Amino acid sequence: MLKKLVIGAALALTPVAALASGAETHLETFDFSFKGAFGTYDQNQLQRGLQIYTEVCSACHGLKFVPLRTLADEGGPNLPADQVRAYAAENFTVYDAELEEDVPAKPVDHFPAVTGSGAPDLSLMAKARKGGPDYIASLLTGYAETPACAPEDFPGQYNTAFGAGGVPDECKDEHGASTVPGSWISMGQPMDDEQVDFIDGHSNDLHHMSQDVAAYLMWTAEPKMMARKQVGFVGVLMLTILSVLLYLTNKRIWAPIKGRKNS
Amino acid sequence: MSGIPHDHYEPKTGGEKWLHSRLPIVGLLYDTIMIPTPKNLNWWWIWGIVLAFCLVLQIVTGIILAMHYTPHVDLAFASVEHIMRDVNGGYMLRYLHANGASLFFVAVYIHIFRGLFYGSYKAPREITWIVGMLIFLMMMGAGFMGYVLPWGQMSFWGATVITGLFGAIPFIGEALQTWLLGGPAVGNATLNRFFSLHYLLPFIIAALVIVHIWAFHTTGNNNPTGVDVRKGSKEEVKKDTLPFWPYFVIKDFLGLAMVLVIFWAIVGFLPNMLGEPDNYIEANPLVTPAHIVPEWYFLPFYAILRAFTAEVWVVQFTSFITGGIIDAKFFGVMAMFGAIAVMALAPWLDTSRVRSGVYRPMFKWWFALLIIDFFALTWLGGKPAEEPYASFALIGSAYWFGYFLVILPLLGVIEKPTAMPDTIEDDFNAHYGKSDEDSTDAKAAE
Repeated sequence: MLKKLVIGAALALTPVAALASGAETHLETFDFSFKGAFGTYDQNQLQRGLQIYTEVCSACHGLKFVPLRTLADEGGPNLPADQVRAYAAENFTVYDAELEEDVPAKPVDHFPAVTGSGAPDLSLMAKARKGGPDYIASLLTGYAETPACAPEDFPGQYNTAFGAGGVPDECKDEHGASTVPGSWISMGQPMDDEQVDFIDGHSNDLHHMSQDVAAYLMWTAEPKMMARKQVGFVGVLMLTILSVLLYLTNKRIWAPIKGRKNS
Repeated sequence: MSGIPHDHYEPKTGGEKWLHSRLPIVGLLYDTIMIPTPKNLNWWWIWGIVLAFCLVLQIVTGIILAMHYTPHVDLAFASVEHIMRDVNGGYMLRYLHANGASLFFVAVYIHIFRGLFYGSYKAPREITWIVGMLIFLMMMGAGFMGYVLPWGQMSFWGATVITGLFGAIPFIGEALQTWLLGGPAVGNATLNRFFSLHYLLPFIIAALVIVHIWAFHTTGNNNPTGVDVRKGSKEEVKKDTLPFWPYFVIKDFLGLAMVLVIFWAIVGFLPNMLGEPDNYIEANPLVTPAHIVPEWYFLPFYAILRAFTAEVWVVQFTSFITGGIIDAKFFGVMAMFGAIAVMALAPWLDTSRVRSGVYRPMFKWWFALLIIDFFALTWLGGKPAEEPYASFALIGSAYWFGYFLVILPLLGVIEKPTAMPDTIEDDFNAHYGKSDEDSTDAKAAE
């Protein structure tokens, strides 16, 4: 038992334990505007992210929980109402059961669910993975050259940020632990430098675009974040004032009961 | 209703007398709110109010959430998103309710450990303690079933694992599990009954809370010294106590307000801190998450459940003498419920005649170790079931049982308590000095 314990303690202090419970991944920390208690969404970034989603991601991934009308929300991309109408009609169709045909989407509709591709819905992705938006952006920038240890025919593409995929046996040590960060993902690299052009000429290298679309997906997952933080701020302030008032009241009513010590 | 002599409600006007002779409800409220309370209560006594607040918060937010939620396997997850996106203030309702459960358990654990340290479970407060333990069990049931309702991956797989525990009971286990689930596996019937029971349990808890308060209003509050209030006359009582209103109501509200500052900051700025990312993935019976972890407040007991594997000699021995009827799985289930049972039996396991841990020099250290053990088990419950965590969890579980079954009975015999104050008044004056009234009397006498 004692020997077992000593080994156990030694294990706990080495990263081997971390490897055993899942592949190690490379997670980059991005400088998102919405981080921190006072962080807010960057409206322009959300609009760029929407464009990237529309031109790249939407081919395979749906956003079925997100109503199109919320694109006009103040705490979100804040598009003018007519632009939202035009965007919905131009990009998506929905099935109308009465007409028995596909009709252009309206703001009251949701982004369509994309079912055929087998790709996961992205509505809540930024809350459904450890690391959230950092993870999403890291994944998009995480496609790297296949490690030398891997056989050429191993299915999928190598990604340093993806932890849930397979790793070829050739890239594992004698304990079965992976020797390379990340794993193999079935999604091919979805975007590259300069794939999307922004109307305002904003930088469109892969790193920036990954960050933009990750920010957009944070908004789709948590569309009320800005309102929530405001409620949080006002609530904390009011409860602090209430605490101070109660502190003074409490002190006053107890003053005649409590004498001065050793007086 | 109180066993402590104090001034009772006297109806004065005609209307008051009319009502009082027919339904003495004002008198009941008056006696409850004016109950003589030991004046030396410290800040560890505020958590009862926090708990009462949590119950109200959970019931109010829960009732509104139920207006918008749909308990159906195909619609539940989407209805939660509907609450988050379309319902006015829905995101706050849901985050308050989800984090409110965590505050509830933070408060109940502090409340329980306060009772364990100051000996609040000892005679004559055994009934208060037992009812409290029942409330705690109901809270665990409500918390568990509530976590299933959003129908995320952790909801589904948590429900599968925990209801599977009932399947471990010999002979009747499988039938019992099927009966609980309403089918062979977690499905729509399970979700529906969990919703129904999740809505019911808080009202049973509320009823038990009334019994809990009734019981300790009959015995009077315990206090940090564990010394009884002198009950010879109203004058004696007044030397040791103060009425609950306004002295302790204001003090408790101050404590509550400070706790709520932190709570509100978490809800406003980090509402998903205590949640699992996997629960934002809709339940999928075909995909098992890599690690199935219960909510943090179950982790200490989850660690005890998993600690007793088939490799542990106690388990092997038990399995051997019962002819395999009690296997490792069932042993773990018994250990988990046993961990709560031994806590409930504390009034009869503790042999010390001294109530408060303050005057028990040896007890203090064993109690400190129990607190460390509790945190360690919480941490270990969230770790994968592999070495070195499994061995640590076994040691932690052994200490939990050892504390209640061995240490508490033995300490009462071998420990020599330190000097205690004679009265609550003495203790209070030692901390705060005599009151102004007393000192002006003293000056006048000079």
